[in-house]
Amino acid sequence: MFLKRQLPLLITLVCGIIWGVQYFIPHPASEAVYSFYTDWGLVIGLFASILGFVSIIRLHYMKVRHHAKNWQFSVVTLSAMPVMIVAAILTGTESGGAFMWLYNYVEVPIEATMFSLLAFYIASAAYRAFRARSAQAAALLVAAAIVMLGRVPVGAQISFWSHLFPGTSIPQIASWILNVPNMAAKRAINLGVGLGMMMVSLKIILGIERTYLGGQE
Amino acid sequence: MDFWKRLLNIDRRIIYLVIAITVIVPFFLPTGWPINVTYEVKNIYDYIENLGPEGVVLLSADYDASTLAELQPMFDACLRHCFARDVKVIVMSLFPQGVGLAEISLKRIAKEYNKVNGVDYCFLGYKPGGSIIIMGMGSNIRIPFPSDYYGTPLKDIPMMKDINNFSDIDLVISFSGTGIVASWLYYAHEPYNQDIAWGVTAVMASDYYPFLQSHQIVGLIGGMKGAAEYETLISKPSLATSGMDAQSWAHIMIIVFIIIGNIGYLAMRKKERRM
Repeated sequence: MFLKRQLPLLITLVCGIIWGVQYFIPHPASEAVYSFYTDWGLVIGLFASILGFVSIIRLHYMKVRHHAKNWQFSVVTLSAMPVMIVAAILTGTESGGAFMWLYNYVEVPIEATMFSLLAFYIASAAYRAFRARSAQAAALLVAAAIVMLGRVPVGAQISFWSHLFPGTSIPQIASWILNVPNMAAKRAINLGVGLGMMMVSLKIILGIERTYLGGQE
Repeated sequence: MDFWKRLLNIDRRIIYLVIAITVIVPFFLPTGWPINVTYEVKNIYDYIENLGPEGVVLLSADYDASTLAELQPMFDACLRHCFARDVKVIVMSLFPQGVGLAEISLKRIAKEYNKVNGVDYCFLGYKPGGSIIIMGMGSNIRIPFPSDYYGTPLKDIPMMKDINNFSDIDLVISFSGTGIVASWLYYAHEPYNQDIAWGVTAVMASDYYPFLQSHQIVGLIGGMKGAAEYETLISKPSLATSGMDAQSWAHIMIIVFIIIGNIGYLAMRKKERRM
């Protein structure tokens, strides 16, 4: 129990206080602590990668073993892993080797294709969801349309009135929307998020928030 | 079916087909509309333009293939600009997938400008840890990166002899489709006053305007349009510039679909009220 509950809580409390205080102390001793931590952090980061690797193997192995939904994809994942590792060991990770060939001609096109499908989904979703159901929704709709046009070259081309009314071209209005109302809203959200993060951090340091230990009280 | 109702229920396959045609056709029939340059992109250009051969810029390719279309052109454009100005370049990645993409660009563009590895540029590669890596670099680059991507110790790389930490780097530009760009702000700009700039996807750009106004970042390149602006500034039109026509037409079509949907919606609402 001590190793599972009290010890992690104690480490979190001590480290949380040290790092909270360290940031505000510009002293060589404080700098030494910081440097010591970054070394440790790197080692922890590397072990976390190994943990992630083991975890993904375990997850997909269990899926295959229990014939879970779409278990065939897990077979692909489990097969691809040793192939990439062997390719990297035998030919290195530099361009020209088998590893980079697999990366450039298999992984890159797959990922790029998946992401490019978003354009189609966005078009369909925008058509179905962007409805002027209220004054607020209509304002959002107009702002979105202006920003969409203002962020591509066609926006300036169709702003035929901008010679008569300088500063009113679509890109300029889009820029104003991004720099004034958008920024005001984002700043408020960021402040809220920042305060929220601070509160959660304090709760973790003081041991009030313990879900990171496994969700058991 | 009622005409207005039809407007409300266009088959998604038709929408997909129209978008596909809209995206493909401009590549064969380019309109060549001029690209207007925004101040957030111009700021980064001006910063690098004012650096001399003693200047050092760190480009962090913190992206993967999913955001390649938007981020790779801006990475390439910034790299070209640095090489054209004889600025020393350090390239690294906080994403394992970013290494391969960065290396391809780096080798190709270095060849274009006759730049030599270790003399004009240094490729550090990838190390896991994210923000820890940035923190380590603040103390000494040799902590997270004792050697470059090809295994050469940094002490043996001529370009890196006088570069120890952020105080020896003029500008850091992080290219990413994730919130990792903010780590550069928290762990490089705030504690070390490191000048930083970001290249992000278009959908993320609006999130980062507050940091631009507060001068916490030098500049911001947003999406393919931002990359096209940078290509315009360095007079090297490339992938982003050629993609601008397709993006323009795609945006127009999406707006047309939104208008069609709203006409149908308002007409139906009017009809229902009458009934």
